[in-house]
Amino acid sequence: MITEIAPADTKVKIVEPPRTPRGRGLRRRAWDEAPRWQIYLPLGIYLLFTLIPFYWILLFAVRPAGSTSLVPWPMTGEHFAKVWTERSFGTYFMNSVWTGVATLIMTTVVALIGGYALARFDFKGKRGFMLALLCSQFVPGALLLVPLFQIFAELQMINSLVSVVIAETVFQLPLSMILISGFIKNVPYSLEEAAWVDGCSRLRAFLTVVLPLLRPGLIAVGSFAFVHAWNHFLFALMFLSVQEKQTIPVGLNTLLSADSVDMGALAAGGIIAAVPVVIVFAFIQKWLITGFSSGAVKG
Amino acid sequence: MAQAAAVAKPPPKQQPPKRRKSVTPRKLPYLLIAPAALLMLGFIAYPVISVFYYSLQHFNPTKPWRNGFAGFENFTKIFTDDPLFWDTLLFSAKWVVVEVGLQLLFGLALALIVNQTFVGRGLGRALVFSPWAVSGVLTSVIWVLLYNSQTGITRYLADWGIGSYGTSWLSDTATVFPAAIVADLWRGVPFFAILILADLQSVSKDLYEAAEVDGASRIRQFFHITLPHLKDAIVLSTLLRAVWEFNNVDLLYTLTGGGPAGETTTLPLYVANTSVDAHNFGYASALTTVAFVILLFFSFLYLRLSKFGGDQK
Repeated sequence: MITEIAPADTKVKIVEPPRTPRGRGLRRRAWDEAPRWQIYLPLGIYLLFTLIPFYWILLFAVRPAGSTSLVPWPMTGEHFAKVWTERSFGTYFMNSVWTGVATLIMTTVVALIGGYALARFDFKGKRGFMLALLCSQFVPGALLLVPLFQIFAELQMINSLVSVVIAETVFQLPLSMILISGFIKNVPYSLEEAAWVDGCSRLRAFLTVVLPLLRPGLIAVGSFAFVHAWNHFLFALMFLSVQEKQTIPVGLNTLLSADSVDMGALAAGGIIAAVPVVIVFAFIQKWLITGFSSGAVKG
Repeated sequence: MAQAAAVAKPPPKQQPPKRRKSVTPRKLPYLLIAPAALLMLGFIAYPVISVFYYSLQHFNPTKPWRNGFAGFENFTKIFTDDPLFWDTLLFSAKWVVVEVGLQLLFGLALALIVNQTFVGRGLGRALVFSPWAVSGVLTSVIWVLLYNSQTGITRYLADWGIGSYGTSWLSDTATVFPAAIVADLWRGVPFFAILILADLQSVSKDLYEAAEVDGASRIRQFFHITLPHLKDAIVLSTLLRAVWEFNNVDLLYTLTGGGPAGETTTLPLYVANTSVDAHNFGYASALTTVAFVILLFFSFLYLRLSKFGGDQK
């Protein structure tokens, strides 16, 4: 399926691993000569480094308070129940979902529209606009907290999740737009023209011909936006001061900075924070690499 | 990330200009970029300008009698009378250089490994990349658990007779820096690995075959084919990552809070403290301006020195 997405684009094909571990003939020989242990040994060591921290937090989340066992058995759900209700992680969770999804939609739509203009038109001020997009990458969001706070206070948006959605979207936009315009450039213009000849309007040609081909790229960009919004901490901390509006990272920070940290509750809260992004990640992992490599316009 | 390299290039050739002009009303592209442009004007450009404005003001809501035009007083104070500024700037530089350097090194190695064909590659990739999705705050939660002297690894090692019980690595000035670096590496390496792996997909296999025929070793192939191909992606991703690491507040704010004893306070953390805790907006704005200029200067220098995009085929 991925092979069809970028026509005449051989590099995408390589992402699909051949079913035989040794590859086929000369095509893969150069890189295939690595002895197996040279792959599995460093990979195994790195996997330990990656997975032990995950195991650790899982362990504390499911074993009973006071236990010092290194095996997560017997299991208990007490920490989850406590965090979800007593520590309002249920509310935080819904707020985070709302923020994440709204940011995903807003970023993708605005970046798609703008990216199309950048990919398909030459217009006065385009270079200036592109330069502004790049420069905005150097603007430290954390350092704009105060003026942003003032703007949102002016707009009566403090303690509204909308403020966080706007702030996250704005800082996601430049890179998303650059990426998406790269994806669109990879779709041959002749495909669109053929649709016009068949009587499609520009919009219809875009929706029916270009959009389906952008799927891997849009998945990559959209999931980036979601994960960022889900994870980002500082905007939510600053703009949302009432508890029922706060998001999961802020809730975690509250647990973390308490005088005596309840490690079980903290770990359970961490698992709740991790589950959605890990699921999203598992689904998009493959598209992420295809998306980025087909978005890279070379030479 | 190399797609940004396309910024300065003319649009691809498949766009026949005559056809386009006949179909396109002139205003269409401006209409299309308007939503993005408006959002960025309102929520990036305007705040940046107001930061510049406030940097020339005394502005502190808790000391209203002093508010007013300050000229360059804030800046003079930063450069001549604020040891904290220099300390935090130095720590920021150290943090960025060590963190980005190690992330690149491990990320590149990891990408090369998982780019090979082997049994279990899909699962292996998914697992080693997974910390990418984890937030700064959650990273802090995890590593606080791991470093804590009651709940951490050292406690179990001490139980088995290895090492001593001691204190948390995060509260000791001698160990806090490497401890924070490792925690951020855990999350940062996959970013590089993903981007480099993506770029590796577009290396032409013919080149390796030709090198193979010529008898080049795998090490030579790496330095003469792979690395030059990756150059632009590496330059761009290190730059983005450096800016990001410089500006990143989440992890250190929650992991160490800038402590112990201000040992891990970066410049942005110092700015956040100045504006949020001390309410000294004027001075914080001046600090922000200085940080912004430093970032722009080094980014420009870096792109120049690395001859970014210069020698593409």
